[in-house]
Amino acid sequence: MMQLIGSVSVGLILSLLALGVLISFRILAFRDLTVEGSIALGGAVAGTLLVSGWNPWLATFIAFLAGACAGTVTGILTTRLQINGLLAGILVMTALYSVNLRVMNRSNLPLFKEQTVVSMAQKAVSPDLKWTIGRWDIPVQEVLVVILVLAIIGLISGIMYAFFKTNLGLAMRATGDNEQMIRALGVEVGWMLTFGLALSNGLVALSGALLVQYQGYADVQMGLGMVVWGLASVIIGESLVNSRQIGMLVVGTIMGSILFRLLVAIALRWGLNPNDLKLVTAVFVLIALVAPNAIDVARRKLSTLGKA
Amino acid sequence: MLDIEHIKKTFHAGTPNEVRALQGVDLKIDDGSFVIVIGTNGSGKSTLLNAVAGSFIVDSGRIRLKGEDVTDWPEHRRAKYIGRVFQNPFTGTAPSLTIAENLALAAHRGRTRGLGWALSPSTKTEMYERVRSMGLGLENRLGNAIGSLSGGQRQSLTLLMAGLIKPDLLLLDEHTAALDPKSADQVIRLTEEVIRRDKLTTMMVTHSMQQAAHLGDRLIMMVRGRILHDIQGAEKRRLTPEDLLDRFEQVRRSDLLDETAASMLERQYV
Repeated sequence: MMQLIGSVSVGLILSLLALGVLISFRILAFRDLTVEGSIALGGAVAGTLLVSGWNPWLATFIAFLAGACAGTVTGILTTRLQINGLLAGILVMTALYSVNLRVMNRSNLPLFKEQTVVSMAQKAVSPDLKWTIGRWDIPVQEVLVVILVLAIIGLISGIMYAFFKTNLGLAMRATGDNEQMIRALGVEVGWMLTFGLALSNGLVALSGALLVQYQGYADVQMGLGMVVWGLASVIIGESLVNSRQIGMLVVGTIMGSILFRLLVAIALRWGLNPNDLKLVTAVFVLIALVAPNAIDVARRKLSTLGKA
Repeated sequence: MLDIEHIKKTFHAGTPNEVRALQGVDLKIDDGSFVIVIGTNGSGKSTLLNAVAGSFIVDSGRIRLKGEDVTDWPEHRRAKYIGRVFQNPFTGTAPSLTIAENLALAAHRGRTRGLGWALSPSTKTEMYERVRSMGLGLENRLGNAIGSLSGGQRQSLTLLMAGLIKPDLLLLDEHTAALDPKSADQVIRLTEEVIRRDKLTTMMVTHSMQQAAHLGDRLIMMVRGRILHDIQGAEKRRLTPEDLLDRFEQVRRSDLLDETAASMLERQYV
């Protein structure tokens, strides 16, 4: 039961990463690999600031800004210097690895007694306070953490939904949908893409900052495989809501992230070797990408066979 | 209104694929005139429209729009003055956005886009009325994704979008060429209506001799990156599709000759 609640918390925190991936991959149709660097950047910045005694909320916000800067760099590389989008992301991601080591001054930064957003919520009640449901004893502290994270995600996804309903947000969606059209309507596509990547990576870094505070340490390796992770959440979300409306996509992505985290927890519980996790995730995303097409083809073949 | 001064454009210069698309085009268009642009394939008629729209920057020459020198302006900046409909019905609209959202994007053409709601109740009502006046029955489907509509419907909406804020110049680039005859007729009818109602200054490229003869108050015919004929006033009103075919036939015959020889002969005999 504890594990279950923990999975929900982590799934919620990583849904910010997934929302970032939703913006770059789906809304802007830009394959952004910066994500792997910017989630660790968010963790590194927040962790370092917390160790230096900063206010946790402020530290988290600055992590968001740091991620936005990383996204801006990728955007400038690809729109102003005309570098292929994938390569621009790879360049920034690689550079960020060193930046993150510089920020933390080591490869792993544990948070012991530092006050974090998570510990602030936990301190509201005593660690011994437990809720008993059936045969489970659930520490109320853990429940508070879920509520806190839920509130943060609710707030941010609400802002994001509202943004995409404004004139500016609508222009951003159109940029990924039909570049020629939106340019003919007076939008500078390069600027819009850069702005979108800043938002996307800001969210990703925010996710990293919260994750670090939840798990109690920052690690320079924490970005590994995160693009695929985010993509898996987006894909699961899309099939859950089966809609292309922006509100449904946002809700679906959050649900997708939680569900994916739960699936992983269950798989590990059933004896999946943690070393195989990334392989399994990659295969899962591969199947999710190929299956709809393959099913379509198979269905068409079956129907022609039926006629013959 | 529009003043084009000897513009030139060569694509892939210095390579075997070099195309001298515009070889010195001069054109002045008055406020409120409706100019038809025709020409053989590769004559540079679409290139001329794209040069005006800013899809590329010309190699030499100047383009003035409403007295402003826009020669070096990028495409998105010129959008303030220019409404466009493209040949491909998919180019003019964003497929995964709804009809209402596409219209909302067009309602801010060339303007600052801020954090105001794109679809406020008042804009929704206005859009409903605008779409209803087109008579396509799309007003009750404003919440549908535009990608679910037919090419003709999308092209009609693109036309509506181009005129949503009155453009100083409307550019139509063979906007009925990819449609079935019935949809093409409908879009042309709508085009005439919009241009007449708002007295729009228009440049329209077309392949259809019918359209070229019957629409507009001026016609220019392009051949090999230059304007060969410029027909206006009473002469344009008398023009029939057959006259135009004759002129194309002349071009075809002179095309059989070498380019320089043709122009030499033309100077001597025409």
